[in-house]
Formats: sequence, structure tokens, C-alpha cells
Amino acid sequence: MNIPENLRYSRDHEWLLLDGDIATVGITDYAQKSLGDIVYVELPKIGEKFNAHEPCGSVESVKAISEIFTPITGEVIEINETLNDSPELVNTDPYGKAWMVKLKVQNPDEVNSLLTAAEYKEYLESTT
Amino acid sequence: MENLKKTPLNKLHRDLEARMVDFAGWEMPIQYQAGVIEEHIRTRTFAGLFDVSHMGEIWVTGEDAIPFVNFLTTNDVSRLSNGQAQYSILTNENGGAVDDLLVYRFNEKKLLLVVNAATTEKDWDWINSHKASFSVTLENASASFAQIAIQGPKAQEILQKLTENVLSEIGYYHFIEGKVDGFDCIISRTGYTGEDGFEIYIEPERAEQIWKKLLDAGNYGMKEGILPCGLAARNTLRLEAAMSLYGHELSDTITPLEANLSWICKLEKGEFIGREALLKQKQEGVKRKLVGFEMVDKGIARDGFDVYIEGEKKGYVTSASPAPFLKKNIGLAFVPAEFAKVGQDIKIDVRGKLLGAVIVKTPFYKRQKTA
Repeated sequence: MNIPENLRYSRDHEWLLLDGDIATVGITDYAQKSLGDIVYVELPKIGEKFNAHEPCGSVESVKAISEIFTPITGEVIEINETLNDSPELVNTDPYGKAWMVKLKVQNPDEVNSLLTAAEYKEYLESTT
Repeated sequence: MENLKKTPLNKLHRDLEARMVDFAGWEMPIQYQAGVIEEHIRTRTFAGLFDVSHMGEIWVTGEDAIPFVNFLTTNDVSRLSNGQAQYSILTNENGGAVDDLLVYRFNEKKLLLVVNAATTEKDWDWINSHKASFSVTLENASASFAQIAIQGPKAQEILQKLTENVLSEIGYYHFIEGKVDGFDCIISRTGYTGEDGFEIYIEPERAEQIWKKLLDAGNYGMKEGILPCGLAARNTLRLEAAMSLYGHELSDTITPLEANLSWICKLEKGEFIGREALLKQKQEGVKRKLVGFEMVDKGIARDGFDVYIEGEKKGYVTSASPAPFLKKNIGLAFVPAEFAKVGQDIKIDVRGKLLGAVIVKTPFYKRQKTA
């Protein structure tokens, strides 16, 4: 299981990379593996605002659907349009090409409520 | 998953790193490492191997084997010759489906019924409760059979490497009692994928060896070789072929006439359970019909979603999924009979959004028949 050190994680299996007050968000390697072959990604609209842990989109595999939750409060400033045509990137590169949304974060300190890589690893081990 | 029943191939699935799930009380592989899309496409283009040992098998033997099964089912058992199989429905008094099944005729006093895993016990009780004055012996032989399906355009070529029986001589929906890798088995040219292929019924102790040999014979591991396929691919394959899944397109309260299965309802064959209800339904015309649809808007329909027509809720989706080979989002749904026509626009309620879809001809996928 790939859990990059430099990211923060939610218990809903999203990852977050904070750069100043801009957060890039996607779903984790564990999440994509659990879902299987991803065939559809539905993302929010630019300008939409979300509270932390609110659903902002969904990821669908052949067999299942899973909501995407924003791990942090903020406003959508960019979405990854390439996922419309290439949803399978979520399977092949969940932490890279398959980033999903960029948020302008309301309060960057909120990131501290998210899990570190070590904590997320522990969380996965305790729940699976 | 400790209380789940296991097929004789359970260990091999784990060795192949399949993801295992609870399916009707059985621990079954939902997908292997390749994943549902590759497994599905490989079955269409080459061959796929499926463990279907969870299916139930019931022997019906004795003087009245044929009249008895004819009394229980909608298709006409008397039309079968030795070595032939038929798809049929076990109906209740209301014409609803107790189950769908295959009826195999070995001889006029020996039939094998192959039923769904989830309904084996229910079917067994149902069949026993109607034995009455018929001179038959029933045996639930589910535990004495493993069943392996090999499906796809290369199925015959691969299986032929392991048997001296001439597979090309077995017609569609026919079977033989033959040998695979030297072991006695039933080789049946049937399947649930829309492809040519075989279902092999074998003693549980032989299953591992046959499974391994079939993977080897099909060049498993090579880029274009056979793939073991899980229940997820089995479902998407049957859906593209618009074949019914019990509990979805058929149930105790859905009749085969509603589910587009009038071709296996031989209402003129004589008395059988549910015949009167089906005759009445046929005369009055079915009120709802099963149709195939294809999403027009971007979005994926799923089992149970509501169907809207002309602004009103009119039906529901019985099965739906992305179709890996056709690369469309497809589904089957019940709609009022007056709307059940190809080209009819419908809307699917996809989690609160009404997305456009259109009724299309089924099956969605039909294989190219080669000589």
C-alpha cells in the first residue's frame, strides 16, 4: 500500500497536499484498490464551497460508487478535467495525475486535524 | 467470513489473490488481480475461467421424472432428447419465478436440475413439497459437484487439449458424460456470458487439478492468455448478453412473461404449476415489461434506481452497470408495457438527478457466430 509521507489523510480515504492556502485533494491508493476499476469521476464545480467532510463528488467503479469528501473547509478553484475522459488514472496514479480538486482553504490550521501518513497507516491496519 | 460455505477451489482463489466476498452464504471471488474490466474483455476476446461450484444440483430420477419436472417448470421437458439441456423457470401458482434453472436430460428416467446457489434450499423444499403422487426420487447433489465454466471464443480449443471427447460435436445446449484430464465429468455447452463455452461438472476432489490444467492450457499469465474471472465479470458479461439474474429480473413476484421469457413458457404443453396465472396474464397482456436501456447522459445507473417517463415515476432498474466490452452504461428495467418500445426516451433517477436514457434492443451484446 502506497502512503506518501508528505501528504495528510482523512478517515474517508482522501489525501491532501497543502501549499500555502491551496489544498490539492484526491483519493488514496487504498481507496482506489478497494473500489476496483474506476470508470467515472464526478467532480464539483469551480466556485462551490464545502465544509470539511462534506461530499463534493463521487467515484464509480464497475461495481461500486463512493463519495468524495472534502477533507478541509474551502472553495473549489480548480478541478482535474482529465478525469472526465481518463477516470482510470485514479487506479494507476492516485497521488499524481489523478488529483481531483484544488481548494482555497479557509483556515490552513485545519490540516492538523487530518492524519499523518503514519497515523493513516495505523488507521488502515486497525480497520482492515 | 468464517461461517461461509467454501467451494473446492477456495484455496486456489486465495493463491491467485482474488478478492473474496460473501455471495449468498458462499465465500466467492468477486475479482482477481486483473480486475473486472480485463476479466470481462478477455472472456469476450479469448477465454475466461469461472468457479461456479456454488450452483445447486438436484437429481430427479424415476418413472415420472419427465412428467414431474414438466409439472414444475414452464419449458417443455418432453421435447428434450438425451444429452440435451434447456433453460426453464420453476413457477409458483401466481406464475412468479421460484427460480430459473437448467434441466438436463440424461435419459427419460434421469434429469439433473441446476439451480441458483441462493435458492437451492428453497427450490429443494419447493420441489419436494410437490412430489405428491409422482413416482420420482429426489437427491440434492449440490455437495457432490464442483462446477467450472470456461467461456469465450477460445474455450473449445483450450478445453479440447484436456479431453479426448470431440467437443465440436457437442451442440449448443447439449452435453456429454465425458472425461477431462482423465476424470469423469459432465461437459455441457452452456454458459452465462453470451459467449460460446462449456460448463464442466466434476467431483469436488478433482476441481483443483482441472482448474490448474485449464489455466495452463489457456496460457494463463501470458499477455493474451486465459484469465480467472470473478463474480463481478460474470455479472457484467451476463448483463451485456441481457440474461436474467434471479432476484433481479426474476423473483417470486415477477413472471417469466414480464421478464421477456415467453420463449421458454410453453403454455400449451399441458398442466403445470402457474399455468393458469400465466395464461391469464398472456390473454390480458402484461402490464410491465423488462427492457434494456442505454444511458444517453453521462452517469451510471445502478440496480434499484427509479425510472421516470413523461415526468412520472413509472418503473425501476433491475440491473445496471458500466458495460466493459461495449463501453456504455447499460441496464435492464421494468417499465409499463405501453412504453416498452425501442427508441423510447426514459429518465433514470441517479441519486437525485434525472439523467436521460433510451430503450434499446436486447441483447446489448451478441457474439459473432463463426462456422
